[in-house]
Amino acid sequence: MITENSERRVISVIVVNEASVLSRITDLFSGRGYNITSLTVAPIPESRYSRLTIVTSGSVRVIEQITKQLHKLIPVLRVYEHADLVEKEMALIKFPLSENLSDISTLCAAYNGKIVNVGENVIIAMVADEPVRIENFLRVIKKYNPKEIVRSGAVALER
Amino acid sequence: MQISGAQMVIEALIAEGVDTIFGYPGGAIMNVYDEIYKQNKFHHILNRHEQASVHAAEGYAKASGKVGVALITSGPGFTNAVTGLADAYMDSIPLVVISGQVPMSLIGTDAFQEIDAVGISRSCTKHNYLVTDAKDLPRVLKEAFYIAASGRPGPVHVDIPKDVTAQIEEFNYDIEINLETYKPNVKGNTRQIKKAMEAIAKARRPLFYLGGGIINSNAAYEVRELVHKTGIPAVETFMARGTLSYDDDLLISMLGMHGSYAANMAMSETDLVIGLGARFDDRVTGKLSEFAKNAGVIHVDIDPASISKLVNADFPIVGDIKNVVLEMLGLSDLIDADKYKTWRSNIKNFDELHPLTFHEDSDRLKPQWVIQRVGELLGDSANISTDVGQHQMWAAQFYPFTRPRQWISSGGLGTMGFGFPAAIGVKAATPEKISINFTGDGSILMNCQELMTAVEQKLPVINIILNNNFLGMVRQWQTLFYDKRHSETDLSVQPDFVKLSEAFGGIGYRVHTKEEFDAALKDAVEKNVVAFIEVLVERFENVMPMVPSGGSLFNMMLLEKKEKK
Ligand SMILES: Cc1cc2nc3c(=O)[nH]c(=O)nc-3n(C[C@H](O)[C@H](O)[C@H](O)COP(=O)(O)OP(=O)(O)OC[C@H]3O[C@@H](n4cnc5c(N)ncnc54)[C@H](O)[C@@H]3O)c2cc1C
Ligand SMILES: Cc1ncc(C[n+]2csc(CCOP(=O)(O)OP(=O)(O)O)c2C)c(N)n1
Ligand SMILES: [Mg+2]
Repeated sequence: MITENSERRVISVIVVNEASVLSRITDLFSGRGYNITSLTVAPIPESRYSRLTIVTSGSVRVIEQITKQLHKLIPVLRVYEHADLVEKEMALIKFPLSENLSDISTLCAAYNGKIVNVGENVIIAMVADEPVRIENFLRVIKKYNPKEIVRSGAVALER
Repeated sequence: MQISGAQMVIEALIAEGVDTIFGYPGGAIMNVYDEIYKQNKFHHILNRHEQASVHAAEGYAKASGKVGVALITSGPGFTNAVTGLADAYMDSIPLVVISGQVPMSLIGTDAFQEIDAVGISRSCTKHNYLVTDAKDLPRVLKEAFYIAASGRPGPVHVDIPKDVTAQIEEFNYDIEINLETYKPNVKGNTRQIKKAMEAIAKARRPLFYLGGGIINSNAAYEVRELVHKTGIPAVETFMARGTLSYDDDLLISMLGMHGSYAANMAMSETDLVIGLGARFDDRVTGKLSEFAKNAGVIHVDIDPASISKLVNADFPIVGDIKNVVLEMLGLSDLIDADKYKTWRSNIKNFDELHPLTFHEDSDRLKPQWVIQRVGELLGDSANISTDVGQHQMWAAQFYPFTRPRQWISSGGLGTMGFGFPAAIGVKAATPEKISINFTGDGSILMNCQELMTAVEQKLPVINIILNNNFLGMVRQWQTLFYDKRHSETDLSVQPDFVKLSEAFGGIGYRVHTKEEFDAALKDAVEKNVVAFIEVLVERFENVMPMVPSGGSLFNMMLLEKKEKK
């Protein structure tokens, strides 16, 4: 039986590097009412393809339709809907220089990160970890008054 | 050879074996039109609106089975054509639509007649291209034809900037298409087909659910054989009309919102749905949770995304209908046709209980009579196009279809204004057949300018206007579901349809009686020029049976006594 519970899913899409391929993908999501939580894209080295990692959510039926509809697009080579995967996301955070730097530095280290830039009034820290852990990190560092946060969106590889 | 982009378009069309294209010129596409002027390998039909060009190309494609081609200019030329693209997309019709675009150097500058055409067509085409270099043109055009016709067919749009049509490059069309990312699966999994046949052999009340994919696949005659060998009754979708001949004992009728009682009851009682190239459209299924509730589902479709989209398939088979049905035929010995005798007679009983019929109880002619009468008089010798509305449903219900590609109608998008230009394309593709367009007093005014095209091109389409002085289909819903508040659907004010046709050089008839109708049709067929036959029909007739939107198939409103005026 098909369940209608909405689940988070990571889908990787290998596409031909060509004009407007990204709009084809995003148009498909908006046109058919699917969610995009995050989307990352970069060329695959030494090939004419790019890899997109899309974090989405939907019922099993919707996820199945998403993968099929993606596959139907002409420039799409492959669609992987990941079950067992390694997922990472990066975040950059700007803190006021007045905050406790050694606390921040220790926290970052616990999330595969460090302070990457120190300016006159602010420092910039970087962390790279599983998306859920990034969420966690961002919750914890609230008390250090982050001025700006940039998340990269998830990238993933099948184990 | 070194030729211009515009010449490449011409050469590619010739190489693709195109004999007729439809279009309308303008600034951005003038280089191509200049080359059309210089050639005589194919015929160009000048419609009087770009929407009509695309519908005509659709009619041409549906009647002939070939790819339809339309040529238009940038900006308003293109936007006029969008409805046609959307229509072809919904009904899986293979088209290549080529539009002009402003020169590359002006793209993005809000130039005169610039519109982001590929941005607009992306969501209503199977694929599209903006060609930025004439070097790419041979490949793009070849791919366009291949993509349009293969797999699940559909429209492909090619947008060409004006400077690219002027650019001179090497033209070589003898190239192999190598689309690593597009490989439609046409074969059908043999093990899965065998399992499906075993399931059919076990079923007690199996039912063929025949869809438009059969027509696309040119598989109607193979399907007929399979139906006859297995003795399993069949229902057709609107798009599949003509797959089985109307007088086939095993054909129940069309199912769905305006399907017959027997067809919808059969679908409700079956224990195994055998779907062939049908997409479980909401007009067919009614309330999904009640649709074929106790049945297993075999679903053969070339598009994996059609399978288990709305109704879960127990036996999904991805492949071309023709291949799969041929394999099924090889296994048809598994099936004992006698086993379904009771099932067949149950269905006969349904049909006797509530046959698809109408009452001749009014002064004015009944629209259903008109359809039936054309069937009696012209039958197999006519191809039938329609517009959208009640007349369209009556045509689907009452015309005696005898063959595939006889029925040309806008199902998925339901585009008023489709019928007349489509019937022009049909006539261009199949001149040996009479081209009929059943239309309404509303629909005909959305593309009546095509009278000019038909007169000029000597394409004698016979438009039978079932005039109820209403946007009848909408009026019917208002009567039934909006407490008879007939908001903006009364078309009491009308043109003189006879004079309208005559003004363009066509002929016209106004018909009140059966005798007048017979005479008018006979005369129109003999005169062989474009005609409007306006038939004054009962105004308040409703299309019955009817499954109210969102209702279950087995809960039909049935033929009622005549509604009070
Ligand atoms: C006013 C109105 C009322 C309507 N009422 C009804 C109604 O009562 N009943 C009804 O049936 N329809 C009705 N329709 C039409 C309806 O909207 C749909 O267009 C129609 O039901 C779809 O038919 P289909 O399922 O055969 O699919 P199609 O649209 O014909 O789709 C074909 C399917 O076959 C597949 N296919 C294509 N080529 C191949 C191939 N070579 N091999 C295998 N598979 C292939 C495609 O992937 C697709 O899934 C109505 C329309 C209008 C405008
Ligand atoms: C372009 C377009 N606009 C609106 C509609 C909605 N619509 C569906 S049927 C219909 C009425 C058609 O009237 P007519 O052509 O007279 O046909 P009848 O139903 O009276 O036979 C309308 C307005 C549509 N299908 N297409
Ligand atoms: Mg009307």
